[in-house]
Amino acid sequence: MALFQISEPGESPAPHQRKRAIGIDLGTTNSLVATVRNGLAVVLPDDEGRPLVPSIVRYGEHGVETGYAAMAHQTDDPQNTIVSVKRLMGRGLADLADARRFPYRFVDSPGMVKLDTRTGVKSPVEISADLLRALRERAVDSLGGEVDGAVVTVPAYFDDAQRQATKDAARLAGLPILRLLNEPTAAAIAYGLDNASEGVYAVFDLGGGTFDISILRLSRGVFEVLATNGDSALGGDDFDHRLFCWIIEAAKLSPPSPSDARLLLVKAREAKENLSEHDSATIVATLAAGQPVNLTLTKATYTEITGNLVSKTLQPVRRALRDAQLQPTDVKGVVLVGGATRMPQVRRAVAEFFGQPPLTNLNPDEVVALGAAVQANKLAGNRERDDDWLLLDVIPLSLGLETMGGLTEKIIPRNSTIPVARAQEFTTYKDGQTAMAIHVVQGEREKVSDCRSLARFELRGIPPMVAGAARIQVTFQVDADGLLDVAAREQETGIEATITVKPSYGLSDGEIAKMLADSFAHASDDMQARALAEAQVEADQIATATEAALAVDGELVGDDERVVIDSALTQLRRMQDGTDHLALRAAVEALNHATGDFAARRMDRNVSRALTGKRVDALSS
Amino acid sequence: MIDFSRNYFDLFGLAASFRFDLAALDCAYRQLQSDVHPDRFAGDSDAAKRLAQQSSARVNEAYVALKDPVQRAQYLLRLHGIEAISETDTALPLAFLERQLERREQAADAQAAGDIPGLTALLADARAESAALEHMLGQLLDGEKAYAAARMQVRELTFLAKLADDIDAMLAAIDS
Repeated sequence: MALFQISEPGESPAPHQRKRAIGIDLGTTNSLVATVRNGLAVVLPDDEGRPLVPSIVRYGEHGVETGYAAMAHQTDDPQNTIVSVKRLMGRGLADLADARRFPYRFVDSPGMVKLDTRTGVKSPVEISADLLRALRERAVDSLGGEVDGAVVTVPAYFDDAQRQATKDAARLAGLPILRLLNEPTAAAIAYGLDNASEGVYAVFDLGGGTFDISILRLSRGVFEVLATNGDSALGGDDFDHRLFCWIIEAAKLSPPSPSDARLLLVKAREAKENLSEHDSATIVATLAAGQPVNLTLTKATYTEITGNLVSKTLQPVRRALRDAQLQPTDVKGVVLVGGATRMPQVRRAVAEFFGQPPLTNLNPDEVVALGAAVQANKLAGNRERDDDWLLLDVIPLSLGLETMGGLTEKIIPRNSTIPVARAQEFTTYKDGQTAMAIHVVQGEREKVSDCRSLARFELRGIPPMVAGAARIQVTFQVDADGLLDVAAREQETGIEATITVKPSYGLSDGEIAKMLADSFAHASDDMQARALAEAQVEADQIATATEAALAVDGELVGDDERVVIDSALTQLRRMQDGTDHLALRAAVEALNHATGDFAARRMDRNVSRALTGKRVDALSS
Repeated sequence: MIDFSRNYFDLFGLAASFRFDLAALDCAYRQLQSDVHPDRFAGDSDAAKRLAQQSSARVNEAYVALKDPVQRAQYLLRLHGIEAISETDTALPLAFLERQLERREQAADAQAAGDIPGLTALLADARAESAALEHMLGQLLDGEKAYAAARMQVRELTFLAKLADDIDAMLAAIDS
C-alpha cells in the first residue's frame, strides 16, 4: 500500500477496533505472556492462576506436552523432556561447550544442533515453536480471539543467528510478530513508564541461561539504549550446575545416569532457591539404584562455589559502561531482572559495583513480559494515555566482512542505534576476477575464525577488469528487530546480489510455509471469514487512497500508466465484495504494483510535507 | 519521511558549523526519530515500513556524523568539496608523525606491561591534544571559514582520535 505513506505517523488511515496484542517473554527457564488491559499491563495466568509457564516441552506417548505438564516428567523421561532449549537456539553442536551437560540425544546438523526425540528429530526452533504455541493458545483463550500482533523478547546479547531462530519459531507457531525486543529494554519500558524516570539507568538481567547488561538514558519519553553487553551462555542454570557438581563431589557419587542427573539438578535448583531465603539448605534424594543422598549446604559455601559466576557478570558490566563512556556513579538506578537476581550474592555484587542498592520494586520474573506487552500494544496501534514514547535500541555485536588474510573488516560497530545502514566499497584483488565471495561475520575479534559466521554468498558476473578496478559496494542494513540484510553491487555494471542473512541451518521460507500449512490444515471457517474481512478493509483503503491521490496529483501520471492504474482499480473494486480473500489480496498487490512509480514521484515532490496534518481520507472528501 | 537530499545539518534544522550545541542536536534527533522511526509504522504497509526504516537509518547516520567532532569536521569540509583524507594524499607534518609513532610505541610497551596508569596518562594526553586541535578548528572553520586550510588539522584530529580509540581498546582488554 505504497500510497499510505502520506498518512500521519502513528495513525492508520482508517479507524480500527482494538487489536489483541501480546508480549511474550520466551525465557530459558520460564516463559510468560502478557497484554495491556484497561491501560494496564497484566500477565495472563493459566486456569489455576499460575503466571509462569515452565519452558519445558515433552514429546510424550500421547502428543506434545508443555509447561507444568511436561515438567512432571523431567526426571522419568529426560531424553524426551526438553528444558532450557533457548540455550540451543542458533547454536551448532560445536558451539555447545557443555553439550554433555544435557541428557538429550543430539543430532549434529549444519549450523544448528537437533534433538532426537520420541516423535522424531526436532530442531530447537520447532521445540520453541511448541512453547510459543502454548502461550498463543493461552492468549487466545484469555482475550477471546486470535492474536493480532505479538512482541517476542530476546536477550540483548543474542546474535543474528539466535534472533533469526527466535523469529522463525514465532512464525512457526503462527504468531503475527510485530517486533523482536531486547529483554533488558522491555524491562526498562515497564520500569520507566511505571516510575516516570529520567536519567541513566542500568538493567542487569540474569535469567535462566543468559546474561544481559544494558545502559539506557531515559529522557522525555525516549528510551535510548547507550550500550549493551552480556553473555548469551551464562545464567541461573550455571549456578544449578555448579551446585550439582558440588553434590556429586560432596556425596562422592559416580557419574549419574540421565534421570539421576536430572533429579539432582532439580534438587540443586531447589536448594539454590531455598538459600535466597535461608542460611542453609538440605539436599535429600534417592537415586534410581537406591543410593541415598543427604547433604547440607550453607549459604557461605554456596556463595564461595559460585563466586566466579558472579564475577563473570561484572566483566560485561564494565565493558558496557566503557562503551557508553560512563562511570558506575553516573548511573542513577539499577533495575534487576530475571529470577537469578534473587540470589543475595548477586544483589550484593551489583550493589557494591554501582555503590547503591538495586531497584527491585517490579517482579523480576514478570517485568520483561509486561514491557513487551506495552510495546506490542503500541505497535498494534492501540492508543493509550502516556503512549507518546519512543524506543531507540542498539545491536550488541559488530557486523563485518571477511577480508584478505582471514581478517574481519567491521562495517557496523557494536552499540550502533538501529535501524542502521552502512555501505563500504571493496575491489577485486586479481586481474580478470569475475566473482567475489562475501562472508558476513558478527563479533568483536580481529580474526574471522574467532567471530560467528552468519552467511556466505557470491557476487558473480563481474566483467573481467584489472585488479583493483572493479568497485563493489557492500551494503549492510539492520532493521528494528536487529536482523541483518546484506547486498553487494558492482558499481560500474550494476550487477547485484542480495541475501537476507539466514543462518545456513535456518528453516527455509518454503519449509516454514509448509509447516504452517500443516498446522492450519484444520483451520476453522471463522479464520477464513476473518481473512476475508481484513482483505476487504485493506482493498477499500487502498482503492480509496488511490482515487484520492489521483484526484490531487493526477498530473503526475502518464497516459499509459493511468490506463494500467485505472484497470487495476476497476478490477479491485469489482472483486471487493467477492468471497475469495486470496484473489482480493492479489488484486490489492496488482494495484500496489501499478501505483508504485506514482507513489515514488509523489514522494519526490515532498508531498508529505505539504500535506502535514491531513490524512488520506480527509483529502478524498 | 525525510528529505534524503538535505545535508545532515539541515536535516536537524541546525546551522552548519563546527562549534556545536550538542544538546540542541540531541533534542532535534529525538524529535525527528519520533516522527520517522519504524515503530510508528508497525501497522502500515511493507512499503511504508521500508521507508520508515530507511529514514530512521538516515537520521541515525546523520546523528553519529554530527555528534563526533572528528566526523563533524570531516563532514563540514566535504560539504565544501574538500576531502580531509583521500587515498592519494595522506601527508602529515613530519614532527606530528614522529610524535604519534613515539606515542604508539609507548602505548604498546604499556600494554605489554599491563600498565594501566601509563595507558591512562597516554590517553589523557591524546585527548588533551585533540581538545586543543578542536579549539583551533573552531576558529578556522567557524571564524575564518578557512576550510581548505583546516584540512591538515582535521587530518591530525582524525589520527589522534584513532590513537585514543586504540588505547581505549587496550585498556578494555587489560580490564577484562
